[in-house]
Amino acid sequence: MNALPETIAPAAIDVAALRSDFPVLHQEVNGHPLAYLDNAASSQRPRQVIDAVAEYYRRDHANVHRGVHTLSQRATEAYEGARSRVRRFVNAASDREIIWTRGTTEAINLVAQAWARPRLKPGDEILITWMEHHANIVPWQMVCEQTGARLVVVPIDERGQVRMEEFERLLSHRTRLVSVGHVSNALGTINPVREMIAQAKARQVPVLLDGAQAMPHMAVDVRELGCDFYAFSGHKMFAPTGIGVLYGRESVLEEMPPWQGGGDMILAVRFDGTVYNELPLKFEAGTPNIAGAVGMGAAVDYLEAIGMDAIAQREAQLLEYATKVLSAVPGLRIIGTAEDKAAVVSFVLEGIHPHDSGTIVDHAGVAIRTGHHCAMPVMEFFDVPATARASFAFYNTEEEADRLVAALATTREMFG
Amino acid sequence: MDLKDLYRDVIVDHNRSPRNFRSVEPPRREADGHNPLCGDKLRVYLRLDGDTISDIAFEGSGCAISVASASLMTEALMGKTEDEAIELFDRMHALLTEDSPDQADPVALGKLAALSGVREYPTRVKCASLCWHTMKSALTGGDAVTTE
Repeated sequence: MNALPETIAPAAIDVAALRSDFPVLHQEVNGHPLAYLDNAASSQRPRQVIDAVAEYYRRDHANVHRGVHTLSQRATEAYEGARSRVRRFVNAASDREIIWTRGTTEAINLVAQAWARPRLKPGDEILITWMEHHANIVPWQMVCEQTGARLVVVPIDERGQVRMEEFERLLSHRTRLVSVGHVSNALGTINPVREMIAQAKARQVPVLLDGAQAMPHMAVDVRELGCDFYAFSGHKMFAPTGIGVLYGRESVLEEMPPWQGGGDMILAVRFDGTVYNELPLKFEAGTPNIAGAVGMGAAVDYLEAIGMDAIAQREAQLLEYATKVLSAVPGLRIIGTAEDKAAVVSFVLEGIHPHDSGTIVDHAGVAIRTGHHCAMPVMEFFDVPATARASFAFYNTEEEADRLVAALATTREMFG
Repeated sequence: MDLKDLYRDVIVDHNRSPRNFRSVEPPRREADGHNPLCGDKLRVYLRLDGDTISDIAFEGSGCAISVASASLMTEALMGKTEDEAIELFDRMHALLTEDSPDQADPVALGKLAALSGVREYPTRVKCASLCWHTMKSALTGGDAVTTE
């Protein structure tokens, strides 16, 4: 065994070793090794997650909470076991506070329909910010149409940060709910959610955080944050698609009616009255995405083994490096330069449409997202039709950022 | 596939200096085209003199493929009859989407054939076809076009 010289501290993350866990990363695209820089759209899966899902189907699959037979018990244990692991991962107080959903979008819609809709009245307000993903805009617009409530939007500044003095001003006696993204998918901005929650709490206004973009990048402790709801998706955090979570404070969830009816969410069904199930199953009508939950459990195990703080540290290095090399590209303007950012770099190239740069860098094997990133109001604010976005995960490398820069140089030559 | 098959010189040129990039004074017909996926927005104007397109122009913003396609389209349709315009629409449609591009008759398409490389990029076909759908809508008095 080779001992490292004592002066060199071991790296917090062994990127090469972690990369070997992700089969999809080891392929060529258009004759070049794949550089996958579209993690904010969807991350990739380590074999630990792929294997957990495959093993579940090979050995344990049956319906959950149904049968006395062995496989049904195994499936139930796998499904509920995954719930417990996710509960521990976000430090919720109880498994009853972890509702499985299809993803962040469904989690937000659940709160919109089961919490907001029965409560809101004309004149009430829901407070969001200008940088929200459409999934944290449209469900509220729907509730506003249904109830006569009003959607109030806190403006952002030129760097893509929420204007906190406006937040404070718009948070009023009419505000019934604050719903904000923890991390912006389009800009990378990490919002000052602790301050927002403190201000909302002072007025007894509940807070929902859209955590889709935060979960893969940082440790999230829902009790420390003090939010009432926290929504997130599996596929952004190395778990399967079609599985997500709504965390809700138990006392708040208890007050909410079910939002979908069906099997699993009931204790007894009679034509003269049905008794709903207890939390969390009250909100899980129908046969759930059991394999997805199993994959989610495996993903949080995987992330815990690496350590979210180590991941955050590594991604901060990547962000700093990518920002530096991309800033040096002539005519490149970074959209979203917040003080506190996740490893997301949105940009536009002067005179070149993001779709053209997206196609050209794909030719070099570099996958980036181009478009409005489901945040059209953000595009409007910065007066761009679309941006290109490189979004990093812990398995990305500085060399991949360099390859993006080189591919952008080709774009310039082609249109120069 | 070589990138140069997609971004041919004529496309790069028409993107850099789009032809007939302006409006048309009334009387005119016009229609808007929008590709919500990438934010491309076009407005196509045309004036009919009898059944002849006596003027055609466009405004808007989009990627190189959509701007070049619109620019090439206005050149190709200037002075054509309505029927000839619809015929070219069908040829372009075939060029961009059909399995056998020969059906499109590249010779009859002239410069427009420069867009044939787009068919290899399924995500970009809408960029090239947006202006044609918008033109057809302006011609036939249809509604605004979106490509989703």
